[in-house]
Amino acid sequence: MSAVVTVKFFARLRETLQTDELELPIGEQATVAEVIDTLARRGAPWDVLKGEQPVMIAVNQTMARPAHTLEPGDEIALFPPVTGG
Amino acid sequence: MIRIQTEDFDIGEQTRALSAAGDTGAIATFTGLVRTSGDRQDVRALFLEHYPGMTESVIEDLARQAGERWSIQAVRVIHRVGELALGEQIVFVGVASAHRGDAFAACEFLMDALKTSAPFWKKEITEDGESHWVEQKASDRDKAEGWRQD
Repeated sequence: MSAVVTVKFFARLRETLQTDELELPIGEQATVAEVIDTLARRGAPWDVLKGEQPVMIAVNQTMARPAHTLEPGDEIALFPPVTGG
Repeated sequence: MIRIQTEDFDIGEQTRALSAAGDTGAIATFTGLVRTSGDRQDVRALFLEHYPGMTESVIEDLARQAGERWSIQAVRVIHRVGELALGEQIVFVGVASAHRGDAFAACEFLMDALKTSAPFWKKEITEDGESHWVEQKASDRDKAEGWRQD
C-alpha cells in the first residue's frame, strides 16, 4: 500500500503552477524537502519551487521546515510569504 | 472571536462587544484600510486570498500567545477576504483589558504578528484589469521579529 500526501498551492504559486491541489505518493520517512524536489524535477513551471522566490511550507496547517518528516495523509501547503493585514 | 469574512464590519459594534467582557478598563482597537495611495498609481482594488482553516488556527494561536504575555480579557479579530475597493476596511484587531498598557501592547503584537504569519495574500488590481501579487515587506518582518522573546 503506497502512502499519499496532499499538496496545496496558494496565491502566486497556485497561478504559476495552474494547480491548487494534487496528491503525491511518498516513501517511508519522506520529508517536505523531498516532495519539493520531486515536484521541481517536473521542469518548468514546477522548478519555481526551487527558484529564487522563497517558498513557505505548512504541514497540516502549521508552519513547517523542509526537514519535516511526513506521515501518510498529511496536508502540505506551499505558498509565497504572506501579505495580509 | 476570530472571523474571516467578505462582508464589511462595524467598528462601533465590535468595540461595544469588547466592552461587554467584564472588568474592562481599556479597549485598544486597530482598523486597517485599503490605502488610496499605494506603491502604484493605477491600483483600483485589492483581492485577498487566504488558506481556510490555517488562517483561523494561526490567529487563534496568536491570541493565545497574547493572553500569555499580557493581562487581557477579550480579543476580536476580523479579516476580510475577496475583492476590496480603495478606502475599504480590511482588518480589525480589538483587545479589552483592565489597563491600557496591556491593551495597546497586545493589539500591536497581534497586528504585527498577523501580517507576517497568517496565510493571507494580497493582489493589486489595476485600472487596466491587470493584477499582480503584493510582496512581503522587510519592515513588516522586522516589526514582527521585534516581538520575539528569546
